[in-house]
Amino acid sequence: MRFHFKTTYDQDIRLFPDRWTLSVYAVLLVLMLVMPWLINDFYLGEMTNVLIWAVAGLGLMMLTGQTGQVSLGHSAFMAMGAYLSVNFMAMGLPFLLSFALAGIVTGLIGAIIALPALKLHGVYLAIFTLALAILADDLIVILAPWTGGVGGYFAPPIYIAGVEVNRWVNPWAWYYLALGTVLVVTLLYQNLLRSPLGRAFAAVRDSEISAQAMGVDVARTKTIAFGISCAFAGLGGALMGLFAGAFNNETFNFLISIQLLMMIIIGGLGFVHGAFLGAVIVAFLPQFLSILTDTMGSSSIPGLEAGIFGAILIAFILFEPMGLYGRWLKVRTWLELFPFARRDMFKRQKSYLKTERLR
Amino acid sequence: MEFFQLLLSGLANGSVYGLVALGFVLIYKATEAVNFAQGDFMMLGAFVMVGLVNPEYLGINFWLAVPLALLIMGALGYLLDLTVLRFMFGQNQTAVVILTIALGFVIRFVAGLIWGHEPLSLYSPLALGDFRVGGVVLSLADVSVIVVTLLTTLFLWQFFQRTKLGLAMQAASQNQMAAYYMGIPVKRVQGAVWALAGIVAAVAGILYASKGTLDISAGFIGIKAFAAAVIGGFGSLPGALMGGLIVGVIEPFASRYLPSGYSQLAAYSLLIVVLVFRPHGLFAQVRTKKV
Repeated sequence: MRFHFKTTYDQDIRLFPDRWTLSVYAVLLVLMLVMPWLINDFYLGEMTNVLIWAVAGLGLMMLTGQTGQVSLGHSAFMAMGAYLSVNFMAMGLPFLLSFALAGIVTGLIGAIIALPALKLHGVYLAIFTLALAILADDLIVILAPWTGGVGGYFAPPIYIAGVEVNRWVNPWAWYYLALGTVLVVTLLYQNLLRSPLGRAFAAVRDSEISAQAMGVDVARTKTIAFGISCAFAGLGGALMGLFAGAFNNETFNFLISIQLLMMIIIGGLGFVHGAFLGAVIVAFLPQFLSILTDTMGSSSIPGLEAGIFGAILIAFILFEPMGLYGRWLKVRTWLELFPFARRDMFKRQKSYLKTERLR
Repeated sequence: MEFFQLLLSGLANGSVYGLVALGFVLIYKATEAVNFAQGDFMMLGAFVMVGLVNPEYLGINFWLAVPLALLIMGALGYLLDLTVLRFMFGQNQTAVVILTIALGFVIRFVAGLIWGHEPLSLYSPLALGDFRVGGVVLSLADVSVIVVTLLTTLFLWQFFQRTKLGLAMQAASQNQMAAYYMGIPVKRVQGAVWALAGIVAAVAGILYASKGTLDISAGFIGIKAFAAAVIGGFGSLPGALMGGLIVGVIEPFASRYLPSGYSQLAAYSLLIVVLVFRPHGLFAQVRTKKV
């Protein structure tokens, strides 16, 4: 059992509260770095997929988990990131620059789109963003000169410092590219949460009215949250498009954004770890199911994946609203407090709804 | 004449959107939750009807099957509330939204397992007749869709305004705790409204299936119905029908007069415009919350 005896305020916002946590994450980092030597190319590709989903998931987590705004339209921003990065590369920019630029421009556009959406709450925002995701599909077809229309794009070859990053030739290079992106995004995310802006995000999530009373500019905070979230989603989308090798208007349809939302809820809303745990589920569930149906001797069942995914999500919302990471927190608390942990420590508060309508 | 033809087909499509939107609004009005699975409910209702009527399944007489289908869907709605949604009682809207999205996935999967993924068509007596009135071809299905929708909306609207149960539903959503104090069995009332939403979904499903073929992705018209409900102002029953008709009428005119590619944008662009300029719909029921 660990005790934190705090003597300065800085200790509240340290990235790693103690040496033990630091060493755990250091071991994890080393493990991730030597991964290419531990597993074969197929599973390395799957790991890359997990990391890519995690980048996009962190984007949505920033908005939904930290700021409390639900978006069903992040597939549109992922598509924007993918198309922008390819277009920047076609203009002759080096890969890393066009990749970063794609994220930044997507973030800016996202922030601009967020401006009118700011007036909307909860369900209305969800529907607004859902409309964006559906419009994106048609817009991509209309903007054919920049997007390749229905035919889409084949991902151009990627060179970083003269080394070609190719999924089939050197999967480890792709893995490191995804890992590097994840590290940068996660560090940005964690540091943002420690800053006044991150605190403002949490305040807006917990109660807009009290946030306003405490002097938080709600509109500005939401815009920035949307912008950052879209930037991360753009980076994730760019990676996803390039990793897939080819993409068109249907690659990033609105089901992707629903999947992204489900993913962060299964992982644990409001926790960085949640995005990763959710990404593992999203990336490995299809493999797991196909192995399962193979061993049971039946052919593949269409729609099975989505159905199982939905069922898992329902189970989580009903029985474990804090997601996988929340479950882990409960287990850890139980272990740390043994034998003093009590069931009701994490009990949901009983609440009653009131409407905002008048009639 | 072309104008009237387009208008008629738009109104018929719009009525189906309106019916699905009515389902959203019903649940929203009574439980403050938004049921993203309403479109899939409609799809399920249509498939239940197919299962009852079509000769390769049970082959019951159409008019006998209609009340049966309504009953089955009503029971299903009630059971769904009993087994799943009641656990979410009092929790915030967002969780319920995500829950119902997931429910939609599960319903689609189950329907795919039972009825397969091939498009089916319902053996409906409504699908047969066409008649002409002054150069406009009226199909029996279109006319009956419009009529049934109008009647359903009128009925539900009066139900909410006049009957004791309807008022109890409104009270239960406006302030759950106060409703409890007034002796309203809030949870049972919510179960009743889910059953009602199931019945409305079955009506919409039967009408949808009478108009054309049906497959398990039919539930995605729920998204257009959303646009309809939002344009009408979530929480207003006549508003939902109006929104549905607006979306339905815009579509055929847009695909006739706008260049191809742009026509699909029309409904959603309207949705975004309405949300930006009148965030609570054309028939708004919300004012700024005061602390």
